[in-house]
Amino acid sequence: MMNEDGQRGILRSLDWLTIAIYVALLGLGWMSVCGASYDFDQAGDILSFSSRSGMQVVWICTSVVLGALILGVDERFYESFSYVIYAGFLILLLATPFLARDIKGSMSWIKIGSFSIQPAEFAKFGTALCVARLISEFDLKLNKFRHLLVAAAIVLVPMGLIVLQRETGSALVYLSFFLMCYREGMPGAFLFVGVAAVYYFVAGIRFSQEPLLDLPEVSMGTCLVLVAVWLFSSGLTYVYTQLRKPFWWMMGTGLSVMVLSFLFAEYVVPFDLNYVFMGYIVLMVLYLLYLSLRERVIQYFYIALFAIGSMGFFYSADYVLYHVMEPHQQDRIEVLLGIKDDPKGVGYNVSQAKIAIGSGGLKGKGFLNGTQTKLKYVPEQDTDFIFCTVGEEEGFVGCTVVLLLFLALIWRLIHLAERQIYRFGRVYGYCVLGVFFFHVFINVGMVLGLTPVIGIPLPFFSYGGSSLWGFTILLFIMLRIDAGRNRLKRK
Amino acid sequence: MLEKDYQLERRKYVLGGVAFLVIVIYILRLFSLQFMNEDYKKNADSNALLKRIQYPARGAISDRNGKLLVYNQPSYDIMIVANEAKHVDTLDLCRSLGITPEWFEKRMAEIKDRNKNPGYSRYTQQIFMSQLSAEEFSNFQEKLFRFPGFYVQKRSIRQYVNSHAAHILGDVGEVNPKEIEDDSYYQSGDYIGKQGVERSYEKKLRGVKGTEILLRDARGRIKGAYQGGKLDQAPIPGRNLTLSIDIELQKLGERLMKGKLGSIVAIEPSTGEVLCMVSSPSYDPHLMVGRQRGKNAIALSRDPKKPLINRSISGRYPPGSTFKTSQALTFLQEGIISPTATSYPCSHGFRFAGLKVGCHGHPAPLPLIPAIATSCNGYFCWGLYHMMNNRKYKNVQEAMTRWKDYMVSMGFGYPLGIDLPGENRGMIPNADYYDKAYRGSWNGLTIISISIGQGEVCLTPLQIANLGATIANRGYYITPHVVKEVQGEPLDSAFTKRHYTMVEPQNYEYVVEGMRKAVTGGTCRAANTPMYEVCGKTGTAQNRGQDHSVFMGFAPRENPRIAVAVYVENGGFGATYGVPIGALIMEQYINGKLSPASEEKAAVFENRTISYGERAR
Repeated sequence: MMNEDGQRGILRSLDWLTIAIYVALLGLGWMSVCGASYDFDQAGDILSFSSRSGMQVVWICTSVVLGALILGVDERFYESFSYVIYAGFLILLLATPFLARDIKGSMSWIKIGSFSIQPAEFAKFGTALCVARLISEFDLKLNKFRHLLVAAAIVLVPMGLIVLQRETGSALVYLSFFLMCYREGMPGAFLFVGVAAVYYFVAGIRFSQEPLLDLPEVSMGTCLVLVAVWLFSSGLTYVYTQLRKPFWWMMGTGLSVMVLSFLFAEYVVPFDLNYVFMGYIVLMVLYLLYLSLRERVIQYFYIALFAIGSMGFFYSADYVLYHVMEPHQQDRIEVLLGIKDDPKGVGYNVSQAKIAIGSGGLKGKGFLNGTQTKLKYVPEQDTDFIFCTVGEEEGFVGCTVVLLLFLALIWRLIHLAERQIYRFGRVYGYCVLGVFFFHVFINVGMVLGLTPVIGIPLPFFSYGGSSLWGFTILLFIMLRIDAGRNRLKRK
Repeated sequence: MLEKDYQLERRKYVLGGVAFLVIVIYILRLFSLQFMNEDYKKNADSNALLKRIQYPARGAISDRNGKLLVYNQPSYDIMIVANEAKHVDTLDLCRSLGITPEWFEKRMAEIKDRNKNPGYSRYTQQIFMSQLSAEEFSNFQEKLFRFPGFYVQKRSIRQYVNSHAAHILGDVGEVNPKEIEDDSYYQSGDYIGKQGVERSYEKKLRGVKGTEILLRDARGRIKGAYQGGKLDQAPIPGRNLTLSIDIELQKLGERLMKGKLGSIVAIEPSTGEVLCMVSSPSYDPHLMVGRQRGKNAIALSRDPKKPLINRSISGRYPPGSTFKTSQALTFLQEGIISPTATSYPCSHGFRFAGLKVGCHGHPAPLPLIPAIATSCNGYFCWGLYHMMNNRKYKNVQEAMTRWKDYMVSMGFGYPLGIDLPGENRGMIPNADYYDKAYRGSWNGLTIISISIGQGEVCLTPLQIANLGATIANRGYYITPHVVKEVQGEPLDSAFTKRHYTMVEPQNYEYVVEGMRKAVTGGTCRAANTPMYEVCGKTGTAQNRGQDHSVFMGFAPRENPRIAVAVYVENGGFGATYGVPIGALIMEQYINGKLSPASEEKAAVFENRTISYGERAR
């Protein structure tokens, strides 16, 4: 009786809009896999099971069945068993390196019969369930450092285990859980500092050898970091303190110093204006310290600390990279950041990816008509670099549609998460959207040459059962939780 | 129930906004990649599309009776894919191909040298050895399975049915840089006609290259046709040529000229079609095909007898007495002589004012017809003398100009325009020439030897044969040509138009009669035959060494079918070589075969050689 009512209630309260987006992405994803794995030589049946496009149909069908099964289970099951599921995944992840075969240096694939599965793809939903349960059960206040640490530990343990499987890319995905932490109260400064650190590292080192415009002696990387330190500090002053005058004062003096020294270097005597910028930042730090003493406001002190820390981080990262690390480690990072051209490796992948996408134009070359991806100019063309196929065959229009669908999915997930009455559902929802966002952000960014090359799949597009099942489970548990929200209210 | 923290709920806008921002940045990036830069498209095309040229079949060449002379034969290039050929037993390979290991090493170094071979890639086929014959290839093919990374590519090269007519057929070779510059059709490695009709009919024979657009994967392997071959252009095969040459006649001519230097040219008077064109010494056209081409061509070009030169059109010779026919025609037309009333004395030659041009013994004085028949020097010297001194011209210069106009109208002094490369114009002096040579002080006597085809006058054997044709036609010729038909095209109008000489037809009859008399009872008796009426004229062209033996004639007298010129360097009297060879040529063409007696005679001439020794030329 209750069950029957529940089933009908689910169908009525299920968020069909998300399902529609899911179906649309699956369809476009399948077309892309067809395009990427199509072989001109054997222009045969794209539905044949010997081809990847045929196998992807199998993965899609099983995913849909899986989704339906998930919807059939009472939502309280997921909450109740979250710890068990999490523990199970930890054991599996721990065991994986011992069971797995070495595939291109990765120890993350377990072979079952003729199929291989990647537990790391499934551990995400386990971790998400666990962290959601923990936060809601103990009502963790994430603005409290100790509480945040507990939540972080839940995330970092599986992440560490995945690093041990030498799947750094998949491990980095777990950083996306901090987006949820931010929503649940983690101070924004934490997230901001994290983003700033990544920015300093990527921008600073990526462009350290390149000149600023036509001034050969000025390192663009250092300049980008120094300008960012100034802008970030000014911004923090605006957000975290009451007085407006120091903000305008910092903006004004900074801007004029930079413009004047640039003009001087450009038109009078060329010199390394980074020294001027650095001197300015030292003065700015002194000014902030002075303000903290005068106004008795601790925030100024923190901001000064941020500026000092930023500089320290940047110069030590530079030092560690070029003086502490082994040459082959340096190489890896340099290639990852695109400093070194590696015609056979990452640099080649990205430049070929750009050629493939760039050749698509407005409308693309049409379904199955792309040449770059099929002829293997783009490596990993049906997995990590699948977005190239969209770019080449469907063009700007197709790419924009795909990106907007992902944006719609993320927005819709925000909406779903926010309408949960219980914190468990909301936390889980934010974990899901964080994972999707991270995958799209890194994967598409890497193909477009904007983010470092980290080998993670594009949800619903990249070929493979594990990732498709993983994303489906992640999404459908959220849909199931959301569908049960009204019943919970009634009680 | 969850208590709402509205302060924190606002953070959803931050997260949603960040996602929005990222997507917008990505869309802008896509915009710049896909619209702002055409390079990506070009890069993609040069990555993936391989334009491969498809060579058309070159036109075949056959003789006037449809006998095939030149066709295309497959030859085989051995290709290597370096990346796949790492584990090949080199010694075994060298043995199978008949090469030395040193040659192998050298060749591999050449292939891998990007300066010499800019298109080198480890993954694609590179030419290892070119133009293997079918036998060489079949030997190698049996063992091919032992040599992974080695492939065979079929090409097409010229092949000759027999070893004759090398000068007419010519040859094909790889284009040189200048030819590429002159005609953008060609690319390095293409073949082009170098000599003969291969060169003059290059544009008809070569056809039009096609292109095939292929998909090439990242390792350079071909993965099929682009867009299902929609943009491919099929090659258009070259046009076949039918020569006017009768290959049997040509064979006989080459036989007869063995061991002698010189030329035979036979023309069908009514059409200007060249029936045979022998230049001796000749060479075997097979030498100019295949891997040995370069070596053979150098050896031939160094031969002191210059076998590569087509003497029939490039050789300049004094025509000797055959030229007297043109003089007779000129004098008749100008009214200098009367066909029957004029007789000139000849006492063993032309003697006047201390000048003497010798002549053999014959009754004198003679009128025109017997003068032609006996080839009287005196008659024609007097004729020219009277023309140059004639009052109807203002001065000797004007007379000379008039004379020259006649000569030019008969096809002398300029290239006739035959469809073969390398035609010489010969030499017909004019008044200016003598004014310069003698500083204005000259007269009819100074130049008297031109009347008997000596002195400054030079003709090519083709021009002599063409003279025979104009006489046979009684006053016109059609530009001689060796190609009778280009498949699917009408013949160039230049080869159908009649060129009339300045001499009226009735005057030709006297000359024809003279030439007939020469055969029946004059210098050309050896050419006489009861089968048809032969007309002929000998020539014995004086020369620093032994005289050249010349014959010009045509047959039959009415409705002539063949006009022929024979020129044997240092052959002595015209009757010694010229007449009998000319007679055999006529017989072969008119009867289609030689009688047993003639066959014996041919064998005699075939074996008779002239020793040229180390002549100071």
